[in-house]
Amino acid sequence: MEGLVQAFGGAFRLLASGDPTLTRIVLLSLAVSLAAVALATLLGLPLGAALAVRRFPGRRALVVLLNALMGLPPVVVGLVVYLLLSRAGPLGELGLLFTPPAMVIAQTILVLPIVAALCRQAVEDAWAEYEEQLRSLGASEFSAALTLVWDIRFSLVTAVLAGLGRASAEVGAVMIVGGNIDGVTRVMTTTIALETSKGDLPLALALGLLLIALVIVLNAAAAYVKGAAQRRHG
Amino acid sequence: MILPLKVQELTFAAGGRARIAPLSLEIAAGPSTVILGANGAGKSVLMRLMHGLLAPSSGTVVWSGDNARRRQAMVFQRPVLLRRSALANVTYALKLAHVPRAEREGLALEALDSVGLASLANRAARVLSGGEQQRLALARAWALHPEVLFLDEPTASLDPSSTREIERVIQAFDAAGTKIIMATHNLGQARRLGDEVLFLHQGRLVERAPVEQFFSRPASPEASAFIKGELPWV
Repeated sequence: MEGLVQAFGGAFRLLASGDPTLTRIVLLSLAVSLAAVALATLLGLPLGAALAVRRFPGRRALVVLLNALMGLPPVVVGLVVYLLLSRAGPLGELGLLFTPPAMVIAQTILVLPIVAALCRQAVEDAWAEYEEQLRSLGASEFSAALTLVWDIRFSLVTAVLAGLGRASAEVGAVMIVGGNIDGVTRVMTTTIALETSKGDLPLALALGLLLIALVIVLNAAAAYVKGAAQRRHG
Repeated sequence: MILPLKVQELTFAAGGRARIAPLSLEIAAGPSTVILGANGAGKSVLMRLMHGLLAPSSGTVVWSGDNARRRQAMVFQRPVLLRRSALANVTYALKLAHVPRAEREGLALEALDSVGLASLANRAARVLSGGEQQRLALARAWALHPEVLFLDEPTASLDPSSTREIERVIQAFDAAGTKIIMATHNLGQARRLGDEVLFLHQGRLVERAPVEQFFSRPASPEASAFIKGELPWV
């Protein structure tokens, strides 16, 4: 119990001091996760919408597969990206291993199925409601999919947030492909894991508190935007 | 002119059940056509087959002119509106109809004015009242200046005063020369808006007659039972 109190005390002192190492770690975490979510959103929304609107053989199997991929184990994704980017791997020449871009790639792979699968579900529900009207107006599948995504954009915020939750909480993949190098690829989750094993509980706890606070702030902001927009547009 | 519309030996089956028995008819330009029948008689299915939203199981639906798909519009029982302004809902339909951008807003405002919604043009469509939403759906259809306008029970979920508004708009479209083809099970509405009646019973066209004659001297026992309110579906 005493240890816990001490750890919290140390954590708050660290947070209040504005320690530059801490700041750098937090900023890198944010940059990596936000970049991964942005990429996954850019790819995942069209993919999910197309899967919702198009009818082709094997579609059902693809939907099941996509849903299953939401549960991809981060360490396995980390391992595969590691193999791809390692010097002997097919993408080894890019020299990306143990750099932040490698972490972005790994997290994008983790987040993409979440955004795409949740988008697919939301667009498919909307399609059931809109299909006759849009077809009556002469919309092609492609333009109908775009219209749907735009029309349910506030619901899709939830899909993006789920992806952000995944990215910011994830440790296994960034640890493997980033290497947790001090000052280069060290992010909040990998630092927490490292400092805990080293016994520096105040730093680990300070980062943990910050991580939770950041996730809450981002979600609250998104909820506010979504609520305001929904009140305005119905 | 895309009329007359020729329907030959049309059938439609879904879920192992025949919804439209072999049905042939010709619909000419001019007087408005009301499709009457009990729930499940096949009114909506027949209109969707004619409009091209459903593909026939057998038989043909043949319009006279070229590009017939673009010269007809449909308004559904429940309006499906996009989460954007009333005006943008109409310009969206015009965009799908390949109307040049510069002309869209003028045409849309004109259409909104014709249904009495000009003052609500910038209001979000989804926050309008039920009657206003249906009038907006009518404006959206009307902006395309269709030669044929299908209406599928357009007032079934509206209160009496909204119903009167909608009927007034439909009458104005009729007077402007658009061919109205409307499904309803509201006998009063059929009398007020219809010139001729197509009476469907269990997917068959049982009777076709001018509206006055249909109500005063129905030729078939099914029609006279329907008019008396002894609905013959049991």
